[in-house]
Parts: sequence; structure tokens; C-alpha cells
Amino acid sequence: MQETTANRVAANATSSFTEHLQRERPDLMPFGQVLVNQLPATGYAAHSASPLQAPHGTTIVAMTYAGGVLMAGDRRATMGNVIASRHIEKVFPADQYSVLGIAGTAGIALDITRLFQVELEHYEKIEGTLLSLDGKANRLGAMVRGNLPMAMQGLAVVPLFAGFDRPAGFGRLFSYDVTGGRYEEQEHHAVGSGSMFARGALKKLWRPGLSEQDAVAVAVEALYDAADDDSATGGPDPVRQLWPVVYVVNRTGAVRVPDRDLAAVAGRIIESRAVAQREA
Amino acid sequence: MTQQFYVSPEQLMKDRADFARKGIARGRSVVVISCRDGIALVAENPSPSLHKIGEIYDKIAFAAVGKYNEFESLRQAGVRYADVRGYSYDREDVTARGLASVYAQSLGAVFTAEQKPFEVELAVAEVAPIQEADHLYRLTFDGSIADEHGFIVMGGQADKVSEAVAAGWQGELDFAGAIRLALAGLVADKETTTLPASALEVAVLDRGSESSRGTRRAFRRLEDADIVALLAEEK
Repeated sequence: MQETTANRVAANATSSFTEHLQRERPDLMPFGQVLVNQLPATGYAAHSASPLQAPHGTTIVAMTYAGGVLMAGDRRATMGNVIASRHIEKVFPADQYSVLGIAGTAGIALDITRLFQVELEHYEKIEGTLLSLDGKANRLGAMVRGNLPMAMQGLAVVPLFAGFDRPAGFGRLFSYDVTGGRYEEQEHHAVGSGSMFARGALKKLWRPGLSEQDAVAVAVEALYDAADDDSATGGPDPVRQLWPVVYVVNRTGAVRVPDRDLAAVAGRIIESRAVAQREA
Repeated sequence: MTQQFYVSPEQLMKDRADFARKGIARGRSVVVISCRDGIALVAENPSPSLHKIGEIYDKIAFAAVGKYNEFESLRQAGVRYADVRGYSYDREDVTARGLASVYAQSLGAVFTAEQKPFEVELAVAEVAPIQEADHLYRLTFDGSIADEHGFIVMGGQADKVSEAVAAGWQGELDFAGAIRLALAGLVADKETTTLPASALEVAVLDRGSESSRGTRRAFRRLEDADIVALLAEEK
């Protein structure tokens, strides 16, 4: 096709920040770089089959409730058998009406989160309107796929995405695999090392039409169960006054649940478990 | 072969400047006012979707008069510049001064090197925690940049509008007062004494967006109903 000015202008017109970054400043992209090949071929890297050691984020749970959707994450990051951080935050607002939680290699996950936040805001400013919830979920899928070369080297990132679908009027939930596959989840879902245990808890505790308050309590209890059985998940820490990070998203937008509410919820759960005097 | 006529650089630049000025003078005016509550940006613009005022970044807004396709491309370039800068350094490292100087360079380059200069005039506004620290930059088609105090008026009848705004400006104004003042300016050259909300485009940079709305993004576009309500408030 003939290269006309109009064609060139149309081809360069993008509302995507990621595309712009890829074109103009590829060095700033959090993924798409091959790490292992850049290491010297001799020495430690050559005869060690183990992947790069880096902090990992662990458990994220999310669920729908009457009027919205909720996401919660524990506060622990681990590096092998060591606790890398006790107060990492793994759930973030993506924009006014959506949140995302990340499990996997923390460094890359935090950068992907930052890129995703800018991506959504950039689209909003260029186009003068918000992206649809499906549009946001698809963009996140593309980013996870972009990270596939690094996932193959052991630096995988697995997000969980939740948002309020304004035209439809309810909250929705999306999970991803490392290849960027996007799956809409019903009712509730969890990702990360403690997700098996958290999902077991969610199956028993979640019911349709939960109120916002009850949903917060269910999320904290599911994380508590995950922390009980998974060493990489951190439970509520009354000594350091550390509570999970919980966001609720409803018609009015995404709001972080204040620590004082979470302290009360966690306190009630710990108390009820102590009273029950059960071993498991 | 025919010899090209010699045109002196002075004459060439003068012709280009006249051409750009004419283009800008055809457009309707935009007023940017710094006040107690923040910065109000008011434009006479009957289109509800083709904006003359836009958000660039957390504390920075953009307003323009002139040719839509030219200032729209500048606005988008500004958003890209700010987002890349904020992503690679930090959000607080994006400043109106940096943005304005990039605009000045692009406008200057286009004015001297391209076939035709941009027929636009821009304002870059940054809101600060205190009014004295607000920044208002005015950029013209040739890349000149001016650091204004209090308010900026651009576009068609800028002189008349500017006179009216200057007469009523004071730092103590709230948003309603600033918008009323801008409106009084915009009708200064007209027969009527008021403009309907549908003919206006109004946006504000909130000085206290963190405390009042819980967001660092200070830019807020006002709906027609908001404008009517603000203007109806007791003076």
C-alpha cells in the first residue's frame, strides 16, 4: 500500500501507553527483556539450574458481593524459605473502577501494575472516556503475555483483576494464566501459593448476596486459612499491627478498607478460633 | 530556469507571524484564572466533545485556541511526554515548566522550519498547594513563552476580554466567582450579557483534590448542570 501521510498518521495514532513506550522507550518496559542470556556463560549462572532468586508475592483473594466486588491480599513476600517482606502491598487500584492483585515475582509484578495504571489513565486522557471493563481486562492479558519470555525463566507474574462494570451494574472478576489467557471467574477466586487453601475457605464461607461488611470478613478469614497452611502467606499480625490490604469496588468507585476496620475483623476471627479450641 | 525571488528573513518571519495571528484571531476565546480554590479554565465552545481544555497530568491542565487538529496533536504529545516522564521517574517529577519548555521548543521548531506555522496559542496551568505557587504559562505560535500571574486570556478578542477580566480579578475568588468573572470577560465583545451553559466548556484544577476527592488528579471537567448550579449561586 502506498505510504501516504494519512496512513502514517493513522498508524502512529495510539491511545495505548504501552505501545507508545514500546516504540519510543523500549528500555523502560518491565518485560520483554531476556535476562539469562545477558549473564556471563561461566561461573555460577552456567552450572546452576535454579532460577534467579527474587521476592515473590503470595496470596490474593477476590469475590463478588451485593453491589460490587472485593479484593484482598496478605502482606508477605518470600524469597525461597526466607521472608523477604512483612508489609508488602499486593492489591492496587488500577483506576477509579477497578483493582488488581498480583502474585508471582514481586519486582516485575509491581512494574506491570504501574504500567497498567498509566495505561488506563493514558487512554482516559487521550480519548476523553474510560475504557470498558472488558477492554481493561484484555489490556492486562496482553501485558501478562508480554511477560511470557521472563515467565519461562522463572519470573512469572499472575494477576487477578476485578472491577465494577458500570453499564451492566455489577462487579466482575478475571483471572489469567502466564500466557495471558483471560478467564472470567464467577463468585470468587484466589491466586498465589496459598490460593488452594483460600479457595477451600471461600467455598464454605461465600454466599450469594453478601453484604460489603460480610464480604470483608470472608476475605480476611480466607486469607487467615491460607496463612494457616501455606508458609509463604502471612496472617494478620497483631504485634506489628499489620492487616491485609482490602479494596472494595462498587458503583461509586474503588475504596481501600481502613486498617481499623480490618483490625476489628481480624481480632474477631482470631478470637473465635481461640474459643473453638480446635487443632486444625 | 527561473531564479527564485529573494525574501529577507525579517519579511519571511513577519509574514508567517501575520498568518498565524490571523488564524488565531478567528477563534473564540479561552480564559484561565488562578483563584483561591484552584485554577478555573473557561472556554467558549459549543461542541460537547471536541475539547479546547484538557487534562495533561495530576496537577497540570492544558487550554488552547486556534486550529483544532494542531492543538489536539500538541495536547496528545503533552500527555505522552508527561506519562513517559512520570512512569520513568516519579509522578511528582512531572512539572508544568518542563512541559511548557517542550511545547516552546516544538512550536519554535515548527515556526522556523515547517511550511506553515501552527495557528495556535496554548496555556499550561499547574495548581499548587498555595496560590502563590501556581504556574500559568502562555505559549504562542512562534515558541515564545511567558510566565503569567493571576490569569491568561487567549484567542479572538483577547484584548477586550483581558480588560474585563483584569478589572475583576483578585486572589480571593472561589471557583464560582472565577467562572463568573471569566464569563463576564467572554461576553465583553458581544451584544448579550450572558452565555448559556451549553456554549461553555469549563474545567477546574482543584487545589485540594487529595482531601476533598481522595485523588491526586486535580483536573475535573464540569457538566452543564454543574455550571448552571455554580453560576446560580449567590454572588
